[in-house]
Amino acid sequence: MSSNKKYWKSVEELDENSSIVEALRNNEFVEPIPTEEFLGNGDALSSSSTSRRDFLKYVGFSTAAATLVACEGPVNKSIPYVLQPEQIIPGVADYYATTVFDGFDFANLLVKTREGRPIKIDNNTIAGAKFSANARVHASILSLYDSMRLKQPKIEGKNASWSAVQTKLKTSIADASAKGGQVVLLTNTLASPSTEKLIGEFIAKNPNAKHVVYDAVSESPALDAFEMVYGERALVDYDFSKASLIVSVGADFLGDWQGGGYGAGYAQGRIPKAGKMSRHFQLEANMTLSGAAADKRVPMSVANQKQALVHIYNVVTGSSVSVSLDEKFKAEVNKAAQQLKAAGSKAVLVSGIQDKNAQLLVLAINKALASESFNTSGVRQIRKGSNEKVAQLVADMNSGAVHTLIMSGVNPVYTLADTVAFQEGLKKVKTSVAFSLKEDETALLSTVAAAAPHYLESWNDLSLTKGTYSITQPTIRPLFDTMQFQDVLMSLNGTVGTFYDYIKGNSGSIISGSTWNKVLHDGVFVGVIPSASAGSADYSAAASTLASSKKSDSLELVLYTKTGLGDGQQANNPWLQEFPDPITRVSWDNYLTVSNADAAKYELSNEIVANGGLNGSYASITTADGLKLENVPVIVQPGQAVGTVGLALGYGRKAALKEEMMVGLNAYSLYKGFSNVQSITLTKAGGEHEFACVQGQKTLMGRGDIIKETSLEIFNTKDAHVWNEVPVVSLDHMEVEATKVDLWDSFDRSTGHHFNLSIDLNACTGCGACVIACHAENNVPVVGKAEVRRSRDMHWLRIDRYYSSESTFDADVERKENIAGLTSSLSTFNEMEKAGDNPQVSFQPVMCQHCNHAPCETVCPVAATSHSRQGQNHMAYNRCVGTRYCANNCPYKVRRFNWFLYNKNSEFDYHMNDDLGRMVLNPDVNVRSRGVMEKCSMCIQMTQATILKAKREGRSIVDGEFQTACSNACSTGAMVFGDVNDKEAAVTKLASDERMYHLLEHVGTKPNVIYHVKVRNT
Amino acid sequence: MKKVGNHNSISRKLVLGLSLSLIFSLSSFAQEAPAADAAAATTDVAAAPSGGDAVKGKELFNANCAACHKLDAKATGPALRGIANKHDMPWLYKWIKNSSELIKSGDAAAVKVFNENNKAVMSAFPQLSNADIDNIIAYTSEPKAEAAAPAPTEGGAAVPGGPVADSGLSNTLILGALALVLVILVVMLFLVNRVLTKVAKANGIEVAPKEPTTPIWKAFAKNQFLILVTVVFLLLSSAYFVYGFLMQVGVDQDYAPIQPIHYSHRIHAGDNEINCKYCHSAARVSKNGGIPSLNVCMNCHKNIAEVAETTATPEYSKAFYDEQIQKLYKAVGWDQATQTYTGKTEPVKWVRIHNLPDFVYFNHSQHVTVGGIECQTCHGPVQEYEIQKQFAPLTMGWCIDCHRKTEVKMEGNEYYTKIHDELSKKYGVDKLTAAQMGGLECGKCHY
Repeated sequence: MSSNKKYWKSVEELDENSSIVEALRNNEFVEPIPTEEFLGNGDALSSSSTSRRDFLKYVGFSTAAATLVACEGPVNKSIPYVLQPEQIIPGVADYYATTVFDGFDFANLLVKTREGRPIKIDNNTIAGAKFSANARVHASILSLYDSMRLKQPKIEGKNASWSAVQTKLKTSIADASAKGGQVVLLTNTLASPSTEKLIGEFIAKNPNAKHVVYDAVSESPALDAFEMVYGERALVDYDFSKASLIVSVGADFLGDWQGGGYGAGYAQGRIPKAGKMSRHFQLEANMTLSGAAADKRVPMSVANQKQALVHIYNVVTGSSVSVSLDEKFKAEVNKAAQQLKAAGSKAVLVSGIQDKNAQLLVLAINKALASESFNTSGVRQIRKGSNEKVAQLVADMNSGAVHTLIMSGVNPVYTLADTVAFQEGLKKVKTSVAFSLKEDETALLSTVAAAAPHYLESWNDLSLTKGTYSITQPTIRPLFDTMQFQDVLMSLNGTVGTFYDYIKGNSGSIISGSTWNKVLHDGVFVGVIPSASAGSADYSAAASTLASSKKSDSLELVLYTKTGLGDGQQANNPWLQEFPDPITRVSWDNYLTVSNADAAKYELSNEIVANGGLNGSYASITTADGLKLENVPVIVQPGQAVGTVGLALGYGRKAALKEEMMVGLNAYSLYKGFSNVQSITLTKAGGEHEFACVQGQKTLMGRGDIIKETSLEIFNTKDAHVWNEVPVVSLDHMEVEATKVDLWDSFDRSTGHHFNLSIDLNACTGCGACVIACHAENNVPVVGKAEVRRSRDMHWLRIDRYYSSESTFDADVERKENIAGLTSSLSTFNEMEKAGDNPQVSFQPVMCQHCNHAPCETVCPVAATSHSRQGQNHMAYNRCVGTRYCANNCPYKVRRFNWFLYNKNSEFDYHMNDDLGRMVLNPDVNVRSRGVMEKCSMCIQMTQATILKAKREGRSIVDGEFQTACSNACSTGAMVFGDVNDKEAAVTKLASDERMYHLLEHVGTKPNVIYHVKVRNT
Repeated sequence: MKKVGNHNSISRKLVLGLSLSLIFSLSSFAQEAPAADAAAATTDVAAAPSGGDAVKGKELFNANCAACHKLDAKATGPALRGIANKHDMPWLYKWIKNSSELIKSGDAAAVKVFNENNKAVMSAFPQLSNADIDNIIAYTSEPKAEAAAPAPTEGGAAVPGGPVADSGLSNTLILGALALVLVILVVMLFLVNRVLTKVAKANGIEVAPKEPTTPIWKAFAKNQFLILVTVVFLLLSSAYFVYGFLMQVGVDQDYAPIQPIHYSHRIHAGDNEINCKYCHSAARVSKNGGIPSLNVCMNCHKNIAEVAETTATPEYSKAFYDEQIQKLYKAVGWDQATQTYTGKTEPVKWVRIHNLPDFVYFNHSQHVTVGGIECQTCHGPVQEYEIQKQFAPLTMGWCIDCHRKTEVKMEGNEYYTKIHDELSKKYGVDKLTAAQMGGLECGKCHY
C-alpha cells in the first residue's frame, strides 16, 4: 500500500527554485565525490602487484611482528663516574645555599641538586635569610635549562672565542682613550660589593669610563626622594609585621612594588591573634594582589591617589595644603588618614606613585607617625637605577660621544620606551658588548653578544639590604661556553685570578667574626647594620607641587608587572607563561584591564564562547605622546578604577624565544619617561581575542561555605558556629551536622602518620609561588595556550579567585538567602554571576583534598586510585586506564587528565621536548604518559623520603620535617603541613582551631586538606 | 641389508673413537708426574744463594712487603725478584730497616732507587731481623716458577687465553652414546623383523593377514564425549601456556648480558670475600644500589694488576682475567709502567641488568640499612656468579609476596617504637610484617 506521506529532506525543499533540491533529485550528493582521483586509473589498479589480499596480509604481518617485538625489553646502559666526586652519591639530593638577584627578583635560596644538576629551588630558612622566592624565582631553575640560551660568545653574529672577545674589548677601550671617547658600563642594579669594587677599579684605570645603572622597571622617584633626605640611593625596607594599620596608596607591596618580598611580614599581622589583626586600606587603580587582600579597597585613578596622599599628609602632619580630591573619595580617604594618625607608630603608609614629591611625602608621613615598620637603617639596595642618567646616556650615544658600551643584565632595546633612539645611538657606538643569557633584542644589535652564565652557574656576592651579605654560588658547571661579566672585567683590569678569588679576598673585611666557609654554607651573613642619618627636605613644597598636579579627562593607563612574567626576563620560561595570573586567571597573555563602566562606554566585552574559552574585544590605544599600541586584547576587570586601564609589561618579546612564547604585546613601548602612568585615548578595534583563561566563573554566587569569610568584629564577639557554620544535612528527616553523618565505616587513622595540609585563607596572598614549586617538584607538564583554553591545564594546585557580586561576600550570601520564588531566583542568580564594580576578592588554593571518603576511589573500575593509612589518596599511574570516571566524580575538580603525551612530543615544544629542558625533571617522580589521570599526591615522595631518613637514623620525626612542595614554598605561612597524629605538631593545633573548615563539608568527603575562615578587619 | 651394514660401520667407528679418547686421556695424566718432579728439582737449586729459608721468607713477604711490592712487576715499589743481585746484603739490611735515613745520608744507590720510584718513601721495618731479611731475600731469589715448569694442561690441547675444555668423559657423551645404542637396537629389531618375514616368505609360510579393524582415529571421531573432553582439555592447556607466556613478557629473570668488562663477582665477593657494600656503598644511603665508580676499583687494582694462578678456571684463563684488568686500566686511564693516571678516561658503559619500570619507586637504603636484608635475598648467590644475572623476577607479585612474609626489623630503631606498640596491639602480634605496616599500599611504590 503506497503512502502519500511526504518526507522532508531539508528546509531547502520549501523553496521550489532551490538549486540544491534540483541537484539532490538527480544525485545522491550535492557535490561529486572525488572517486575518480582514487579509482580512476583502472590500469594502474589492475596492474598493481599488491592486491587487496596482499595488503591485508602485510598489515596483519606487521601488526603481529610489532606486537612480538614489543615483548622484548630494551637494553639500558649504566655509566658510573670514573672518579666519583666525594659529595655526590647517585640518588641522594644535595642542597646548596645561594642567593639570586637578577636586577628584578631577589631571594635567599636553597638549591636542590641531584647527580650534580639543580632540579628545585627552596627557600633558605636559616636565620638572617629574609627574602623568600616568588613564583618567578621558583621557575628560574627552568631558565637555566633553556635551549634557546646563548651558547658561546658571538662577534657580529658569528661564533667567536672568549680570547677574541677580550682582545676586541681591550683594543676598543685603548682606542676609546686614544680618541677621547666614553667607555660606558650599562648594568642593572648590582647590589654586589665585589662587582661594584671591580667597576670602581675599572673606572680608576680608565678615566674616560663611567657606570650607568638601569632598572627596566624604574623605582627612580622613590630612590631620588630617599637620596634627598638620607643621602643614600636606596629603598626603605618596611616591616609590615609590626604594623597594625597599613595604608597603601597605589603600592602593590604584595606584588612587585619596590622589589616585593613583603608577603611574609604582612601575613604575620593578618592572622588574628588574641582578637587582633592588622587593618589594611588600599587606594589603587589596577586590581592588585594587595588590593585583593585589603580590608578596604578604594579604586581611584593615580591622579586622585596623589590628592589623597596630600590629604593624608595634611591630616597626619597637621598641614593645610589645598587638595582637590574627588568628593566621592573624601570620606574613605579621611577615614584612613584619621585612623593612621590615631594608630601612630603602629601605622605605616606606603605609596607606589612614581613621583618624587609623592615619595617625599611618604617619608614625611612615616617620620611624622614615627612608624615602627619604617626602617631606614637596613635599607634595600636592590634598585639603584637613575632615569636621568639613562636618558643622558641615550643622548650621549646619539651625539657620538660613547665609543665603547658594555652592557650586562639589561635589554634596553626591548625595555626602553624610546628604543628607536637607543638603536640609533647603538649604531654610532664603535663597540657594543651585551652580556646576556640569551641572544636577546640588544645582543642581536650589539657588536659582541657575550654569553653570560645563569646565576646557578656563577659566583657573586650580594648585599641585598644594608648590613647583610650573601653569596651566590654555582650549583652546576657552566653548561655552555659562558663567561661572567665580572671575570671579563677582571681581565680588562689586569687583575689576576678568578672572580671567585676576588670575592673571597673582599669578603674578609665584610664578614668579620665569621668564616668564608660558614658564610658559604649558610648563604647569608648578617653584620652590623649602620643606622641612617636623617636629613630633611621641604615636604610642604613637595605636597603643594603634588596637589597642584593636573588631572586630565582622558583615560589613565597604569603599567604594571604581572606575577607571572615580571619584567619579562624569563619570557621563554613555559612554567611562567602557563602560570595563570592570580587576579584575572588568564595565562599566556597580557591584556588591557578595563573597568565595567569603561567597558560599557567603549563597547568592550568579554564572553565565554561555546567551547568554554574566554573571548575578548580588541582595543587600540594611543598615548598623549602619540605612541600607539594596536589590537590590545581587553579583559573587563572588576575593581579597576573607572577612568583607568591597566597593561602588563614584560610581554611581546620576539628574540630568542620559542614561537609558542611569543605572546602578548610589548607595553614597554608606552613606558615613556619611565612613567608608569600615561594618559591615553582608546578606540575599539575589530575582531576577538581568544584568551587562555582557567576560570570562567567569577563570583561565589553567595555560596559562603566555599570561602568562609567573616569580619573581625563578629569573629571576636560571636561563637564559632555563627561565623563558621557547620553545614547540616537531613538524616531521618532531622537536621544533622554533616560532619556527624557517615555513609561508610571509617578506618582507624590513629596509628602511624596521618597527614593534613592546612591553608589559612587570611595569610594567603595569592602569590602563586606554590603553583610553580608544585610544577617543579612533580614534573607537571606544560600544555600550551590552545590546550589551556580547552580547560586542559595540568596544574595540580590552582589558586581560585572569587569576586563578590555585591560590595562584600556577606552581602552576596544575604542576597541569595532573600531570593523568593523561581522568577526571583532566575534573575537574581543571573545578576550574581557578574562581579561587582569594587568587589571583595578572595583566593583559595585548591589541590586534591585527599578525602578520607574519596568519591574518586569508589568509581575507579581498575582500583588505580586508592586510599592510604597516612591520609594520602594514592594514584597508581601504571594502573590507570583513563576512564576519567574519577575526575567526573570529584567534587573539587582537581584531577588532571593527560590528553596527550606531553614529553618528547614536538607538538608540545616546551621544556620536556628537549634534552636540556628535561634535566629539570625530578627523578623521584614519574613522568606520566598519555591517557593517564594525575593529581596532587600530597608530595608523597617527600613524606616517604622524610620517613626513610628517620628510619635510617633510628629516630622519631619532629614537627616541621614533613613538608610538601607547596608548604615549603609558602613564605607567608598560609600552608602548613604535618602529621595530625603528632600531638605537638603545628598542624594538629590548626586542625582543631575554631577557624578550621573543610571545603564542601556537606558532601561528607572528610578531606585531609583544611582551610581557615578568612577574617577581614573591616 | 645395505643399511644394516652402514649402521654397523658407524657403531664400529664410535667404539673406536671412544677407546681412542680413553687412551689419550690416560697418556695425558701420565705426563704430569715427570713435570712435577722437575719443578721440585729446580726449587732445590734456587734456594741456595743466601742461605735463608724461602718458605719463611714467603710468609714474611706476604705480611710486610706485598702491599707495595710484587715479585715480577712494578707496583708502588719496584719488582723484587732477584733484588739480591742488584744490591749487596748489608745495603739491603740498612735500606729495609730505615730507607729514608739511608737516602738522607746521601748514599748514591739509595737516592737513585728513591728517584726511580716517584720519590715514594718506603716504610721503615726496624722490627725485621737480619735473619728475617735473609729469608725474604731467599724467597725473592727463587727463580720464576712458570719459566721452570709451564703448567701442564690436561688433555694436552688447551689454548692459552681461551676457555679450556674439560677432558673427562662428560655425562653428555655417555648419554649420547647410550642414546645411539638404543637407536641401533630399534633399527636392528626392525631389520630382524624384515629378515624373518623374508625368510618366512621364502620358506612358503603363510602369514595371516590382519583383519581390517576400524582405525583408532575413526573410532575416536565417532565418540562425541571424548571429543568434547579433548577439546576442553586442549583449550584449558593452551590457555595455561598462553597465560604462562604472557606473564613472562617483560620479566627478565636470569638476564645475563655480556658486559664491556668481564667482571666476576665470584672472584671478588666469593673468593676474596669483599663485602657487597664496600663497592656498592650507595645502597646504604641511596635509592640506587650504585654501580661503583672506577676509582673504587682502583683502591685495590692499583696493586693488583693480574690475577693469581689459582683464580683461573677451566673456562676462563688467567690471561683472560688479566686482560679484563687491563680494560679497567684503560678506562680509568692508569699507566702501569709509570704507576700514574694519564687523565685520559673512558667511562665504562655497563649493561644494566635490573631494570625496574619508571613507575616503580624502589629504595635500596630502605631495604639494606633499615630492613637489614641481605643483598643475596634479592640478587641471589652473587658470590657464586661468574657472570652477574638477574636472580629475582622483579615482578610486583614477587615484591608483594616478600612484603607479606617479611617481618620488619624494628628493634633498636626509635622510629618504630610508637607505631610498633600501636600496631601490635591492633593485630595482636608481636612481630609485624611489612604489609601490616602499610607496605602493600599502591602509593608506597608508585608515584
